[in-house]
Amino acid sequence: MRPFTYERATDAQSAVRAAVETPGARFIAGGTNLLDLMKLEIEQPQHLIDVGRLPMAGIESLADGGLRIGGAATNTAVASDPAVRARFPVLSEAIVAGGSPQLRNKASVAGNLMQRTRCAYFYDTAKPCNKRAPGSGCGALEGLNRNAAIFGASHACVATHPSDMAVALAALDARIETLTPSGESRSFTILDLHRLPGETPQIETHLIAGELITAVVLPPPPPGGQVYRKVRDRASYAGGLASVAVAGGQVALGMVAHKPWRAAEAEGALASGASPAEAIARELDGASTLGRNDFKVPLVARLVAAAIGEANGRGA
Amino acid sequence: MQTTITVNGQARALDIDPRTTLLDALREHLRLTGSKKGCDHGQCGACTVLVNGVRINSCLSLAVMHDGDQVTTIEGVGTPEALHPVQTAFLTQDAYQCGYCTPGQICSTLGLLRELEAGVPSQETPAGARPVLSDAEIRERMSGNICRCSAYPQIVAAIRDAAGSMA
Repeated sequence: MRPFTYERATDAQSAVRAAVETPGARFIAGGTNLLDLMKLEIEQPQHLIDVGRLPMAGIESLADGGLRIGGAATNTAVASDPAVRARFPVLSEAIVAGGSPQLRNKASVAGNLMQRTRCAYFYDTAKPCNKRAPGSGCGALEGLNRNAAIFGASHACVATHPSDMAVALAALDARIETLTPSGESRSFTILDLHRLPGETPQIETHLIAGELITAVVLPPPPPGGQVYRKVRDRASYAGGLASVAVAGGQVALGMVAHKPWRAAEAEGALASGASPAEAIARELDGASTLGRNDFKVPLVARLVAAAIGEANGRGA
Repeated sequence: MQTTITVNGQARALDIDPRTTLLDALREHLRLTGSKKGCDHGQCGACTVLVNGVRINSCLSLAVMHDGDQVTTIEGVGTPEALHPVQTAFLTQDAYQCGYCTPGQICSTLGLLRELEAGVPSQETPAGARPVLSDAEIRERMSGNICRCSAYPQIVAAIRDAAGSMA
């Protein structure tokens, strides 16, 4: 690891101020992804601001039937929360599909959203990667791209976002609450948090420098059943090849794009009476593959059709 | 950097480089070498310890992040003269060969049993239900602990035994 300095934040306002005033500063909460990448010197922060103990780990029910989840809440706390399990089961199911218990006990909600891709070329510092070293090229384009994106990729980057939790949050229309360095709060839909790679895959979110995710707010659950399903190479503790979150008529896909992918085409088709298989086929009309990830198209087709059927069964 | 961590009930003051992981602080600074370094990337679970009663990968945490925390390592679980029921169960069921992963497996088991007690779900838990101590639940909840000798069937049996004897 490169040398860095460390401070434990005493309140969110001073944390965001320190984040813009200190060169090379990064927030840390659980640290499960950041420290892994720091050991590999893929991440090289000069200063860490520990926000893990700020009083923003609570989970509170809102008057409208929604839920506010603090950014520092652990993944385990969210997956176990009675209100989450009762009203937003897709979120609990998505979280327990990710990582191991040890990781979920430590990882925060905000950190889960901010985790970096697991693309092998991002991790291998001997290989080109525009996300890790802008301008160096993309080794995955013609290389081992089995787990590459099929939606929204660019010639600069075909990496996917690895989060399970974020896929459920996308299906649930979650909103992200932040504190900006000027001390103002703002809120926006999770679909506006992550960016597609375009020419600048190293810029992964629309957050401004020093902005801190303080909470995730769930609106009341949509009517209908919820389900999360994930396909991977092992039954447990493995990154996904593809996943889907269904919440009523709302559908989001995971590990197929640089961000959690809300399947708007499929949702539109479902709303106009298409079968689940027809609906996901409509979405997949927009997919493009690279060779080794061709299998993701039929995989997603079957996975999503099955998950929508299962959600309909649960909602009935 | 000054950091005080209570390890196995004893407050330990450390003056360490912020880069020091909790695992390295335990092993190299406090000479508690029971917690093992396998992968050093959170993939193998050999470094599992309990922090404030909750299992984590000590390799993926900085010691300075644990100022004021209570850490339990395998050295604080039992002694050769007075084994913890989980340790006894691992012996009885022959739940290891080389033993390198065992301290992590045992600390992870202690965390698992508390999580089950608290109703923490896993992907094996039916929607809305309280988790029960089935073999499928044990296997799923121990998936963060790798055993290269592949003593998995005996580890599952040991955890069932331990849960029974602690109940």
